[in-house]
Amino acid sequence: MSLFVLQIHFVLLISRQGKVRLTKWYSPYSQKERTKVIRELSGLILTRGPKLCNFVEWRGLRVVYKRYASLYFCMCIDEDDNELEILEIIHHYVEVLDRYFGSVCELDLIYNFHKAYFILDELLIAGELQEPSKRTVARLVAAQDSLVETAKEQTSSITNIIAQAANFTIKMLHKGYGPWGSNALHLESLLLVDVCTR
Amino acid sequence: MGSQGGFYQSKEFLDLVKSIGEARSKAEEDRIVLSEIETLKRRISEPDIPKRKMKEYIIRLVYVEMLGHDASFGYIHAVKMTHDDSLLVKRTGYLAVTLFLNEDHDLIILIVNTIQKDLKSDNYLVVCAALNAVCKLINEETIPAVLPQIVELLAHPKEAVRKKAIVALHRFYQKSPSSVSHLVSNFRKRLCDNDPGVMGATLCPLFDLITNDVNSYKDLVISFVSILKQVAERRLPKAYDYHQMPAPFIQIKLLKILALLGSGDKQASENMYTVVGDIFRKCDSSSNIGNAVLYECICCVSSIYPNPKLLESAADAISRFLKSDSHNLKYMGIDALGRLIKISPEIAEQHQLAVIDCLEDPDDTLKRKTFELLYKMTKSTNVEVIVDRMIDYMISINDNHYKTEIASRCVELAEQFAPSNQWFIQTMNKVFEHAGDLVNIKVAHNLMRLIAEGFGEDDNTADSQLRSSAVESYLHILGEPKLPSVFLQVICWVLGEYGTADGKYSASYITGKLCDVAEAYSNDETVKAYAVTALMKIYAFEIAAGRKVDMLPEVGFQALDYKFILCKCILIAVFDVVDYLHLLQRAYELQAVIGLDAHAVESIMPADASCEDIEVDKALSFLNGYIQESIEKGAQPYIPESERSGMLNISNFRNQDHHEASSHGLRFEAYELPKQTVQARIPPASLASTELVPVPEPMYPRESYQTTTVPSVSSDAASTELKLRLDGVQKKWGRQTHFPSTSTSNSTSQKTVNGITQVDGSNTANSRTRETYDSRKQVEISPEKQKLAASLFGGPSKTEKKSATGHKSSKPSSHMVKSHAPKSSMEVASEKTSPVQQPPDLLDFGEPTVKTTAPSLDPFKHLEGLLEPTTQVSSAVNHSSTAAVTKSPDIMGLYTETPAGAHHKDNDILSGLSNPPMTNMVGGTTAMQVAQSSKGPNLKDSLEKDALVRQMGVTPSSQNPNLFKDLLG
Repeated sequence: MSLFVLQIHFVLLISRQGKVRLTKWYSPYSQKERTKVIRELSGLILTRGPKLCNFVEWRGLRVVYKRYASLYFCMCIDEDDNELEILEIIHHYVEVLDRYFGSVCELDLIYNFHKAYFILDELLIAGELQEPSKRTVARLVAAQDSLVETAKEQTSSITNIIAQAANFTIKMLHKGYGPWGSNALHLESLLLVDVCTR
Repeated sequence: MGSQGGFYQSKEFLDLVKSIGEARSKAEEDRIVLSEIETLKRRISEPDIPKRKMKEYIIRLVYVEMLGHDASFGYIHAVKMTHDDSLLVKRTGYLAVTLFLNEDHDLIILIVNTIQKDLKSDNYLVVCAALNAVCKLINEETIPAVLPQIVELLAHPKEAVRKKAIVALHRFYQKSPSSVSHLVSNFRKRLCDNDPGVMGATLCPLFDLITNDVNSYKDLVISFVSILKQVAERRLPKAYDYHQMPAPFIQIKLLKILALLGSGDKQASENMYTVVGDIFRKCDSSSNIGNAVLYECICCVSSIYPNPKLLESAADAISRFLKSDSHNLKYMGIDALGRLIKISPEIAEQHQLAVIDCLEDPDDTLKRKTFELLYKMTKSTNVEVIVDRMIDYMISINDNHYKTEIASRCVELAEQFAPSNQWFIQTMNKVFEHAGDLVNIKVAHNLMRLIAEGFGEDDNTADSQLRSSAVESYLHILGEPKLPSVFLQVICWVLGEYGTADGKYSASYITGKLCDVAEAYSNDETVKAYAVTALMKIYAFEIAAGRKVDMLPEVGFQALDYKFILCKCILIAVFDVVDYLHLLQRAYELQAVIGLDAHAVESIMPADASCEDIEVDKALSFLNGYIQESIEKGAQPYIPESERSGMLNISNFRNQDHHEASSHGLRFEAYELPKQTVQARIPPASLASTELVPVPEPMYPRESYQTTTVPSVSSDAASTELKLRLDGVQKKWGRQTHFPSTSTSNSTSQKTVNGITQVDGSNTANSRTRETYDSRKQVEISPEKQKLAASLFGGPSKTEKKSATGHKSSKPSSHMVKSHAPKSSMEVASEKTSPVQQPPDLLDFGEPTVKTTAPSLDPFKHLEGLLEPTTQVSSAVNHSSTAAVTKSPDIMGLYTETPAGAHHKDNDILSGLSNPPMTNMVGGTTAMQVAQSSKGPNLKDSLEKDALVRQMGVTPSSQNPNLFKDLLG
């Protein structure tokens, strides 16, 4: 039905280097189209200067984007929608992520993209904002996680604990606490939400 | 929070992510992903994989797919995973299927059963997970399978479940309204839910429902208003606050709904004024979200029944947006301005310099938005400046999508507001030259039709001058090296139809040019075909006129080229033959036509008959005698198609033959307008323009002043000067105001405090706003910008009307057509010119004149009707009705004598004068004629003319001699 328009057609997270961090498609796009969309949009958005609008026109639609540290959050909407509102939905999502991961950085999303998906699913369904309360989202995600935790404890083994410890170390190192971290990783470990804007 | 709990993936997976993160190129990344796919393919089909491991594989599949590779081999495993008992695993399964599958995927049928089971689970988290999947995956066929459960869940104790159930039901409604039409009352019920989250979620479906059927939801206005009031008064839990704003997302949604409900409904709107005003006041314009709500308020105000106080607040908010340093806010300001000028057009003038700043901003997004605004505020006074700017921008960009859009907008504006023929033709030429291959082919057909049909006046001289100016410019343009195919088609067609019509160019010259085209673009078969047909027309006209056809050697070559084409056809027999056959047939036809005598040629190819209908005798009655004869000779009688099924082909063939014969053998018209390809395509711009166009209706009452005076100029000009859509439009070019008025306004602003001094009756509004702007800004503004501003925002808005004379009714009608998006400007053009439109034109016209100057005006009309019964029948009929009501016989008697003699002499002038608003006394008209004939570069003359025309209500100026010349001849 063309009568009904989704508020948000898709959500994209792209890094400054053009790497895809998360994609969520609310309107149907084939795999081929998706690749094309991502290519076109990263060409369009990553090249824009810092002081310009956070909106770009693209194929008769609008893409609202916002850069957090080295990560671009993009949402595609219809042209007569409220762009500022979308900008705030993006920010809302980032704040929820920040609350969930605790000082979220790109690395958190890289390694836990499925969590980012779960959180996004609590925030947006079918392209509409479904939960405007941060607290509710956090509570729901935590409830699911606690189930996960208990389930994990049941099956926990020594190896699992060791793996976790190792991963934690890796993350800490990536976040800049260790000696080895390439430039790319350094970018990724920047906090998405600046301490001062918190 | 529990973020670190997430790190339970295996080393392998972490390494994968890391190596992709470190990949230096896309190729390297692809290589890594491909090897990962191989690994996964192998591993995932192993037997007895532990759940935890499987879950990780699925997440890796998601990762692979996210990076743009195909992971369909693993879909089935994700589906299987949703069957799992543990929520931990199930949740991942659901996540994966919602990411992998679209609603039409075959595997969905395998999930429905699981979803059904999960919806019944007593763990609300399981239900939530299933509902997420329902929203994404359930399609029209599977709705009935889950619908009863969804409805049950609407009353679930957990608000998270209720909310998702609402969203699911909304999705069902979107996918198949009929399947849930009996359930829409649930949305109303849930609006009263205790939980604000659920209430907020209900607003989305209600918004959709109201969009489709406003009237059934008018009763909810009060509820929505009271909810909005409570939200704005911070009655919702603190958790819904966002950056100190109370539930802004809910506010925005409510404002959107109110905008729908209040649109064109005074009573409903009145209920909203207070709350919207409150929000305007309470909004924190320093935060982004506050501005988002403000913007939504502006949208709401511009949609509901206008309220002066709210409009003022909206205008304030807009000026704050435009003055902001943030590009985002400027953008929103421009957008909001575009919405508000529909209601109060004068608001644009306050912001003219801000708008121009945005237009010249390096940010493309802002620039395009500004073009959109300009497009909405285009009127006949500023069309030249705007379209020129648009074309310049169009030439400068590479984005084909936008290029197409802006090109079609240029065409649309040019057709609607063109001030003169030359300008129109030149504009179209530019558009075609630079975006010829992008514009809809329909635009080209439209242009041809426009040139062929003229612009709807009965005045043939104007049309023929339009044509000759088109011919001239095309002959000039043909010198350019590479032209787009579509443009060449137009050129060939116009040259063929009208190349020799005015006698300025000889047939041999035109044919020579056409041959050049055919040769230069020899690989474009369509252009070649157009060229050959054009040649045929030229020769046909020549022969019909009894002139000897002097065949250029090349032309002979062209005509005989068909042998060559035939060879080509045979050579490429399998390939593209259709094109060549067309060409071949045209060549044959050309040769055949040249061989015929003048009389035959004339009946085949009547001059300037492209707009005439070809009558097709479908019954083929003229063959009756022949059939009779044949049957008498013993031939088989015709058996209708329905009675014999096996012989379909033969009958078709025969039918076609007859058909051909009935339309004189040469169906030249059909080749020119391949309509079937056109109909399916809709210019994208027309869709967008639905609500952008200022609605003309409310303007009418204020128009009387103009209608009586303006057309007199244009109708006068019509007799000597060709024109496009001049009549009914105030002839007040933007440019003229800025030279004198900027200076005067500057000086007055020094003298007076508020700058309210009356500079010039018609300029006041304009100059005042400019002064206030100047004094406010206290910054030097470059003269170019001022100039541009003046030409864009030119005439005071009061003088700009959707005029009601001449073409006036065609303009509104074209707006109406536009609002039904799928209709095309092609139809607009035909409506403009169709005689059916004329009566309302004139009547329209009559109305305002009745109000104002009826007595002096109507007798004149009537008189003309009496004087020229043959030429003026239609207008006389139309006017006599109004005349009968208002005219006074005395005045009529007064008029019968003098003008009769004066005008009877000259038919042309008379018909020019037949436009009723020729209100002035006879002296006026004669003066006009003098003015017309003596119009020249002489300044004194033109000043006199100025005065005269000004006196008639039009205020052109001598600063603008060229434009003015256009107008008066």
